[in-house]
Amino acid sequence: MTEARLSGSGLRLAYDDRLVVDGLDVTIPDGSFTVVVGPNACGKSTLLRALARMLKPRGGTVLLDGADIRSQPAKAVARRLGLLPQSPTAPDAITVADLVGRGRYPHQRLLRQWSPDDERAVAEALAATGTTELAERAVDELSGGQRQRVWLAMVLAQETPLLLLDEPTTFLDVAHQIEVLDLCADLRERHGRTLVAVLHDLNHACRYATHLIAMRDGAIVAEGDPSEIVDAALVERVFGLACRVVPDPETGTPLVVPAARRARVS
Amino acid sequence: MSAATQRVLPGRVVRSPRGRIALRVERRPFVVGCVLALLLAALAIVGIATGDYPLSPREVVETLLGGGDPSSEFIVETLRLPRVVCALLVGGALGLAGAIFQSVTRNPLGSPEIVGFTWGSAAGAVIVITVVGSNAGAAVSGGAVGGGLLTALLVVGLAWRHGIQGYRLVLVGIGVGLVARALTEYLLTRARVEDATQAAIWIAGSLNGRGWEQARPLAAALAVLAPLALALGPTLRALELGDDAARALGARVDGGRLALIAIAVALTAVATAAAGPIAFVALAAPQVARRVTRASGPGLIPAMLMGALLLEASDCAAQRVWPAQQLPVGIVTGAIGGCYLAWLLASEWRGRRRA
Repeated sequence: MTEARLSGSGLRLAYDDRLVVDGLDVTIPDGSFTVVVGPNACGKSTLLRALARMLKPRGGTVLLDGADIRSQPAKAVARRLGLLPQSPTAPDAITVADLVGRGRYPHQRLLRQWSPDDERAVAEALAATGTTELAERAVDELSGGQRQRVWLAMVLAQETPLLLLDEPTTFLDVAHQIEVLDLCADLRERHGRTLVAVLHDLNHACRYATHLIAMRDGAIVAEGDPSEIVDAALVERVFGLACRVVPDPETGTPLVVPAARRARVS
Repeated sequence: MSAATQRVLPGRVVRSPRGRIALRVERRPFVVGCVLALLLAALAIVGIATGDYPLSPREVVETLLGGGDPSSEFIVETLRLPRVVCALLVGGALGLAGAIFQSVTRNPLGSPEIVGFTWGSAAGAVIVITVVGSNAGAAVSGGAVGGGLLTALLVVGLAWRHGIQGYRLVLVGIGVGLVARALTEYLLTRARVEDATQAAIWIAGSLNGRGWEQARPLAAALAVLAPLALALGPTLRALELGDDAARALGARVDGGRLALIAIAVALTAVATAAAGPIAFVALAAPQVARRVTRASGPGLIPAMLMGALLLEASDCAAQRVWPAQQLPVGIVTGAIGGCYLAWLLASEWRGRRRA
């Protein structure tokens, strides 16, 4: 088994009375770009929230660096594991630099609210996301794609080796989706970070993931290198969609082409 | 202290030599804070100097520094200074409480008088005046504090569901506040005329006849509560990003928010106990401060200074505009604060439409 700083075992996850995940084991390989896919309400976001300490499991444990994540001080966890939630809120009239700077919260203490490290981390996060020129703009006057990059910069400024992203490409047009995913791939390759993202687009997942987790009904159906596990049978089993899987002409990774049921055939 | 210029983030970083203390200070809020402090000092001197026996500003400063003659000493230190100190402390406490509430609820209407704590305090005080039949300052203050805390417990308890949500807190608070208000008004109609008059004066919010016995406990409470609030400032800034993001940053979301609400409730209660329910300071001061500093974030210190300024200015106006009548300051803050806020919002909306 590979090294893993983040894993969960025997996870039982529920909202109120609704059990979403029951008895799930998961391991996030270090240095991977792990993507979780599955149909709506399959529990993928729930799993991500549990891994990020947002949701208290009814049973089982999430281990971060060998210890139960819930037994560790919140700020200590936040220095190693960052999360970009699905819908964060930007305070009124906040500037980009100020928002990104708030990502330094877990590194700051009451009387040491700013250090040269903070300054460097913010500058690097802005540069990595291509938002340096936006630093003095107000967040609420940015486009959706710019805003998502700024939020990513905030999580990057946290400088955590592990980065969890809950549907980072939702509400973005296709060009901005690719931009965000390229950035994620970059972060893994150049900065050696481990990323976990929930994505909707299976083809994006196949292209960018180094480790794919396919979920259905709160359980993992298959996991591994997308090139090895994704075929028509898997897509049928996970999404109930008839399709063909062909090599992506750009990258050679699996490309899912839904079967034509009632489309116009020219 | 040495200061270093920064590139990415606005403002300068003030550091102690070994770097154990390092705070980022933005220029505009800092300058605004200094200007507010100067205005406060000037206004306080005006407040002390004017009245039935006018003193010159110079006499006021000399007396404050311990060098005045006995008669001006009596006028300054026994008659006028405690009132000015009361105004500054009450205003500061309300400004700070308002800033905390508005930030926690993420709602500019989430101020203590809207979410019902002020009316809860009023109900407590009116119960003491009309039902218990006591007019003693300490008893009325105790009633106000008790009423405010009880209302806060009720509002937070009713709004609690997997933690506190700002919107729910505001709505529940409005409801509970209306009940407290109805109770207050019912008690007034049932009370003896003299008690009802006494209570009505108290409800209007006034600094008339406030002395050291109100200022001292207020100063003590503020000396504890204000540093606590400032210490939770970073948590407040994290909370502004939404619960998930705040939790992901390692902030204690539920505990932190509850502690902040408790501090704000306590600030409101002690301020109300000292001067009665004073309208609009908690609502307007943080908004005005935020627009003047143009900072994003809770801006606790500017809000506190702005609250003190607003109340002291209102009190000067209340005493001088109709000297014979001794207008309750609460009525003036309502008028000034309300007009200023309306003007600000209107000009802002108009500016936005043009843009």
